[in-house]
Amino acid sequence: MALYSEKVMDHFRNPRNVGVIEDANGIGEVGNAKCGDIMKMYLKIEDDVIQDVKFETFGCGSAIASSSMATELIKGKPVSEAMKLTNKAVAEALDGLPAYKMHCSVLAEEAIQAALEDWRSREKQS
Amino acid sequence: MIYADNAATTRMSEAALHTMVSVIRENYGNPSSLYSIGQRAKETLEEARRSVAEVIGADPREILFTSGGSEADNQAILSAAAIGRKNGKMHIVSSAFEHHAVLHTLEKLEKEGFEITLLDVHENGIVRPEEVEAALRADTCLVTIMYANNEIGTIQPIREIGSICRKHGVLFHTDAVQAVGHIPVHVVDDQVDLLSASAHKFHGPKGVGFLFARKGIRLANLIEGGAQENGKRAGTENVPGIAAMAAALKEAAGRMQETAISLTEKRNKLIRGLSGIPHSALNGDEMRRLPGNVNFCFEGIEGESLLLLLDDKGIEASSGSACTSGSLDPSHVLLAIGRVHDVAHGSLRLSIGEDLTDEDVDEIIRSVTEVVAYLRSFSPIWRDLESGKKQHIL
Repeated sequence: MALYSEKVMDHFRNPRNVGVIEDANGIGEVGNAKCGDIMKMYLKIEDDVIQDVKFETFGCGSAIASSSMATELIKGKPVSEAMKLTNKAVAEALDGLPAYKMHCSVLAEEAIQAALEDWRSREKQS
Repeated sequence: MIYADNAATTRMSEAALHTMVSVIRENYGNPSSLYSIGQRAKETLEEARRSVAEVIGADPREILFTSGGSEADNQAILSAAAIGRKNGKMHIVSSAFEHHAVLHTLEKLEKEGFEITLLDVHENGIVRPEEVEAALRADTCLVTIMYANNEIGTIQPIREIGSICRKHGVLFHTDAVQAVGHIPVHVVDDQVDLLSASAHKFHGPKGVGFLFARKGIRLANLIEGGAQENGKRAGTENVPGIAAMAAALKEAAGRMQETAISLTEKRNKLIRGLSGIPHSALNGDEMRRLPGNVNFCFEGIEGESLLLLLDDKGIEASSGSACTSGSLDPSHVLLAIGRVHDVAHGSLRLSIGEDLTDEDVDEIIRSVTEVVAYLRSFSPIWRDLESGKKQHIL
């Protein structure tokens, strides 16, 4: 049996939405290099809809795949829906992750939530 | 496919494979039986013992066959500890980057009241003999230092340490799993009292190894039962595996020098090539390392994703990243030589074998360079390093 599902390997080999949004209005970074995973999410939100999302990740195969899948799950969705994204949904969409890699999907959820939080606080200020 | 993980395991040699199959097929008797076919198996077993002993300069009676390196490490250390306990000596000296078969056995002994001193291995990954001597106490019963490190390949000053231990009357064990069959190992010249080896690291089969124990050292049993192996390791002997191990070792020893020369040349080419990747560093001493070992850290990337992408390109290697160990901490070996966590996660070990061609070497350098650059292209750590937000370490 392979370590990862076909879906994980697909998102790892061909990650979707990789990169940076220069004029992002919500940025979230979670994890730390000590543990070996860092995820950074960039959101471009207009009219309460996620118009664009991009990510940068330092981490293992499942961390990269989880980031990629999480961006796919929220792209084009209203903020209210993106806020409901869970790590479970990310892991399920990837056809599962090995038990000791579940924390990668947790990081993906946290990165999205952190970026949304950043957007909200910027909205309040303006 | 380019297999570059020979420190994990090796492909069986044709000689070992042939020996194994022929013993299984034709020489299937139990060495403890007194009829002909049993006695023939016994002869095969003792012939293997003589052959293995000869390669490392031991007496055949000093060779005990085991299930591999881990068992040999356990039995060596627990035996020395039992002797120590009897004499009221409960202090053991080892190093911070031993294999877990050694470290976990020492942790177990620590819980039983032993005191363990783990010596620093310094930036170059080499134990200093004078520090071994300084660590010895009146109640030291054992020094256990590996012959060559399994991750970074650094070769330890075994002969010097052996001489120090002999001078102070302290037992000396060495986990020589990565050394035997690859570099010259001689238990008399090295003044070693106990030594562990594993067949599948030198083109023998898995599940077989041996423990050398100098005559007069009382071994403690890990497995109780029949009188096999001089009563020190019960269970019907793995005759096919043992015979195959002896065949593999004889072959490896016979062409050790030429293999070492050819591997060293390729190793050095790999080291030169990979040093061309910006912000990378070789782990462990450049000269005093196993002929086939290359171990690098690359800043800004994580090892598991590097391995997976190399696998896609047909290159099989390993890493000391946390994700490949199933824990959050990267390799204890890389931490022991002073690599910080961030950097230790981005490590790559290439352990090359004789069948690696010059084209393979070029292919590895090309692929690793390409994959590292790709992973860095979307690494937030790399962005911070390049923008000056964080300082480069390598």
